[in-house]
Amino acid sequence: MPTSNSIPLYNCQTVDTEQIPLIGINEFGRIVIEGVKAGKRIASYFAVPAGAKGFRLFAVLADDNAGLLFVLSTEVSEKYPSLTPYCPQAHLFEREIAEQWSITPQGHPWLKPVRFHNSYIADNASQKEPPMPSVMDFFKVEGDEIHDVAVGPVHAGIIEPGHFRFQCFGEHVLNLEISLGYQHRGIERAMIGGPDKRSINYMQTAAGDTTTGHTTAYCQLMESLSGCTVSPRAQTLRGIAMELERLANHSGDLGALAGDIGYLPTSSFCGRIRGDFLNMTALICGSRFGRGLVEPGGTGFDMGPQDCDILTGKLTGALKDVNVAAKLLWNTSSVLARLEETGAVKPELCRELGLVGVAARACGIEIDNRYNFPAGIYRFAQVPISSWHTGDVFARAYVRWLEIQRSVEFIRSQIENMPQGKISARVKPPLPGKFCVSMVEGWRGEICHVGMTAPDGRFSHYKIVDPSFHNWTGLAMALRDQQISDFPLCNKSFNLSYCGYDL
Amino acid sequence: MLARLQQGHRTIKFPDEKPELPRRFRGRPTVDCAKCASNCRMCVDNCPTDALKKDNNALSIDLGRCLFCAKCEIECSNGAINFSREHRLAARERQDLILGGEELKPAEALDERTRKLFGRSLKLRQVSAGGCNGCEADTNVLSTVVYDLGRFGIQFVASPRHADGLLITGPVTENMKLALEKTYDAVPDPKITIAVGACAISGGPYAGLPQVHNGADKIVPVDLYVPGCPPHPLTILDGLLRLLGKIK
Repeated sequence: MPTSNSIPLYNCQTVDTEQIPLIGINEFGRIVIEGVKAGKRIASYFAVPAGAKGFRLFAVLADDNAGLLFVLSTEVSEKYPSLTPYCPQAHLFEREIAEQWSITPQGHPWLKPVRFHNSYIADNASQKEPPMPSVMDFFKVEGDEIHDVAVGPVHAGIIEPGHFRFQCFGEHVLNLEISLGYQHRGIERAMIGGPDKRSINYMQTAAGDTTTGHTTAYCQLMESLSGCTVSPRAQTLRGIAMELERLANHSGDLGALAGDIGYLPTSSFCGRIRGDFLNMTALICGSRFGRGLVEPGGTGFDMGPQDCDILTGKLTGALKDVNVAAKLLWNTSSVLARLEETGAVKPELCRELGLVGVAARACGIEIDNRYNFPAGIYRFAQVPISSWHTGDVFARAYVRWLEIQRSVEFIRSQIENMPQGKISARVKPPLPGKFCVSMVEGWRGEICHVGMTAPDGRFSHYKIVDPSFHNWTGLAMALRDQQISDFPLCNKSFNLSYCGYDL
Repeated sequence: MLARLQQGHRTIKFPDEKPELPRRFRGRPTVDCAKCASNCRMCVDNCPTDALKKDNNALSIDLGRCLFCAKCEIECSNGAINFSREHRLAARERQDLILGGEELKPAEALDERTRKLFGRSLKLRQVSAGGCNGCEADTNVLSTVVYDLGRFGIQFVASPRHADGLLITGPVTENMKLALEKTYDAVPDPKITIAVGACAISGGPYAGLPQVHNGADKIVPVDLYVPGCPPHPLTILDGLLRLLGKIK
């Protein structure tokens, strides 16, 4: 799409905000709708206040095949024609824009709150009573024997809060609606005016199980906005941290799936192996979640030759253990019977909803930002895309297993070929009036950060899209026509973030 | 069966044996006021959560606010702040977490009557109220074979009605306030409350933001504070066992 209606950018490329084409709303809608029809995905779509009562809408379309991000913008005031009726991928983004800025997408079929907070405009003007979470009109199925099942926000296990509303006919789920927002802490708003001393902590805890993913996206953005070059050694260390995070979570997820089936061997083995991977991250930086490891300009910690040897040894041991634990799953027919054909998502639906990460690759859709939009070390070391075609719980589990093997291979080869040099470079303040999109492939999928700087070089806008933002709808759709007893299993197979969505 | 043999026995011998912690683990910090330069406020100004205070040259660190990033240790050219590998951090009182030069007072056990009730069987309900899934994950891990929480008689249960207390993580977001209050009310008396992590103690990095309530004790009474971001599983376990008088 090399037209002047949008600007093509590489991942982490900084441009002047002025250079981003500003086009009419109809043209904007047409390009987004046609782009998505032609196979692009909406990576980000948000509103930024622009002058008196006006807003500028920005859309970032990801072209996976070309490895390019197309950015376009338009101006709106209180309302504009919704894109959602023609482009379901836009639906949550438009709800978010409406909630944040009181801009109505006219014709939106599902206009409900996303995080249940007051509009940002109300901050200054009349303070309204804030909305109560999950107080909204849920989709209702009519009929004598239809019943509602409401779950959450406080769940049975040690997990984050969210509300799930099932419409059931007996055990059969006709519809699931997911209402989140309980974890909303206001991260994006808190980033404005930064970077400051807390910015990095917000990124580390945007989704704490994805500390390295979000922090890397932020650091790449900061480095691009300020023209900082990160050393190859630091890039390598970041790659190792990123894959260790994937290993810990993927193996933990295999265990959790086994637990939900009631298959205890893999459940106990993987619960422990997950900890082994977290401890490998702690070996590098002292924190099991990689806090302080990735920093703007490089990394906060280096690995000596001894650390490398220990890590290689531990990695080999852990892979052997997870191999045993995973094989038990694939070789036990009672386990397979529960995994196969449960919660299947069709590839067409996956494309239509714009699912990302493991959930998309489990539908046979080969997208992976380490391959399509490589940044840092992934520009030099390719990780093959792991996929499976059945779209069910089995596929989501199996893709994780494939990725575990690839990640171990990747880390081993990175340790063997560790470049020499410094691990940290000085980062200057971001340049003024710039726009940058930074993407990484977190363990759940695509993490997309967009940063815009004001004339003083401070963030005038910061937009985070966690993979969970795309994928929660996928979980809701996967539950259709399933048994309600399969919900825990389906939920675990997606294992989405509540705080990453709520921000 | 073979798989089981291959995986082996993995439960650690804690608390009988000293736990193994990573070399770079950042545990309890110590503050040495004598080394602190009188005209320097670098650590105080650069701390992301204002955990450090300096009044008339008396430097103190609030473990309840500290994210254990150790920026202050790196920045201080005089070595006035040092992060040790000491994992024992829990305290019964909020103000006990504020350390000048003194040692941290170890968390005391519950009173005898409560300990009689909960000492051999403590059922907890976990509530995440804006937590990032870091504290949640390191609490969850206590139930794995490595820590085997069950051997101490402690278990996480699915309903507050079955629980003897709450373990709270997160800064308590506005949107979780009511759910937390209701869950607390649903736990039968007598009950205990444990705040895990910097967010649940002080709001952590989110302290002061309009969407959060700066910690669990702003909403419900808290009996045990476990600092960290997130605390190491052993730090949480140590706190729980001290509360029950199983470690002294």
